[in-house]
Amino acid sequence: MRVVISPQKLHGDFVRKVVEVSGQNLNLCYQCGKCSAGCPMSFAMDLLPNQIMRLVQLGLEEDIANSKTVWLCASCLTCTARCPKGVDLSRVMETLRLLTLRKNKDYVELSKLSPETIAELPQIALVSGFRKLTS
Amino acid sequence: MKNMDLSYYPGCTLKTKAKNFEDSAIASMAVLGVNLVELPRWNCCGTVYSLAEDDLIHHVAAVRTLVRVKERGNGRVATLCSFCYNTLKRADLLMRNDPEKRNTLNSFMDEEIDYNGEVEVLHLLQVLRDDLGWEAISRKVKTPLTDLKVAPYYGCTLLRPQEAAIDVVERPTVLQELLQLLGAKVIDFPFSTECCGSFQIINRPDFITERSQAILGLAQRQGAEAMVLSCPLCSFNLGRAQNELIQRDSSFQSMPIIYFTQLLALSLGIDPEICGFDLNFGEPRSLLESKGLIT
Repeated sequence: MRVVISPQKLHGDFVRKVVEVSGQNLNLCYQCGKCSAGCPMSFAMDLLPNQIMRLVQLGLEEDIANSKTVWLCASCLTCTARCPKGVDLSRVMETLRLLTLRKNKDYVELSKLSPETIAELPQIALVSGFRKLTS
Repeated sequence: MKNMDLSYYPGCTLKTKAKNFEDSAIASMAVLGVNLVELPRWNCCGTVYSLAEDDLIHHVAAVRTLVRVKERGNGRVATLCSFCYNTLKRADLLMRNDPEKRNTLNSFMDEEIDYNGEVEVLHLLQVLRDDLGWEAISRKVKTPLTDLKVAPYYGCTLLRPQEAAIDVVERPTVLQELLQLLGAKVIDFPFSTECCGSFQIINRPDFITERSQAILGLAQRQGAEAMVLSCPLCSFNLGRAQNELIQRDSSFQSMPIIYFTQLLALSLGIDPEICGFDLNFGEPRSLLESKGLIT
């Protein structure tokens, strides 16, 4: 992965916001990659969870926004259970989703689901999916 | 001897798509000496525990349910759905361990009595293992599940995070122990704690199919004839994906997805009609018929 770092791209206020909402000490991450190794959705991600952690440490807000990774996280907590430094990545991922959703942007739309799909899905799928992916 | 009463929180899916899970659990527990007493005025738990420090409003639904249990005065509540278990358990831990958030939530819900962590949230597997015990259950087995080869599948929310886990996070054994004492042959299944993709079903169902192929494929290669689980969302994801997997690859065999309470009920000699196998994915009936477990 190639990332261009310039003073204009580093957002300290973004880092402070992520720390505040996630409650996590981002500096604990030392890039061992255990989160990415166990992630069930990593096969579909453009950036791996450990790469997101590095970008968020640096405050590279735009690079994170351009990636689909946080929207593919299933909150399974495998990374959280295995992080040797005790970082709760599921909280970092949730925070990164919320910072977008709180600008009143939805990631999925109920109207895009067919009536058949809605009828077929169990309630927990609909409620949890819309809790995670809409504002 | 009179049956013991235990408060029971069903949650939304157990009343509809997973009615077979609820019915088989209530019938089995009655035979084992426990009446599951449904909570009055329960509401949806919210399904997922809020993971943001500043998002307290999404804990209200779960805490309100815990208040309903506290009002009953017996201090324990059993859940069946893995999602409900996790959400209620974590809400309880938050209210026990974080005085500041506890005060905020209690003051916000000013029409309710205060909740300070008085309720023990249990999953039914814990009740079976820790309250009743394997020995007492095995004495009640009438029809052992002989020759039935099953893969125990825990998914995520019974085991993660650590503080909410009903068993050892990376190497749980509770389902395996239950299924073995019911007479089934439990296969070695390294993907028993892998995630099926969860709520991503509403966003990327194609990725759920990929996950299901990996999980079901390994179970099949290990010799499993059925997948046994406790989560209605895992059941749906692993079940629904099979249609596409069969279309994609004709050698892919459909695999019945069965709730652990349905097998418990069968082995206790409960009428298979109560188990509601029509609601299951992967057609468990023909498998169970071939093993002589239903007619």
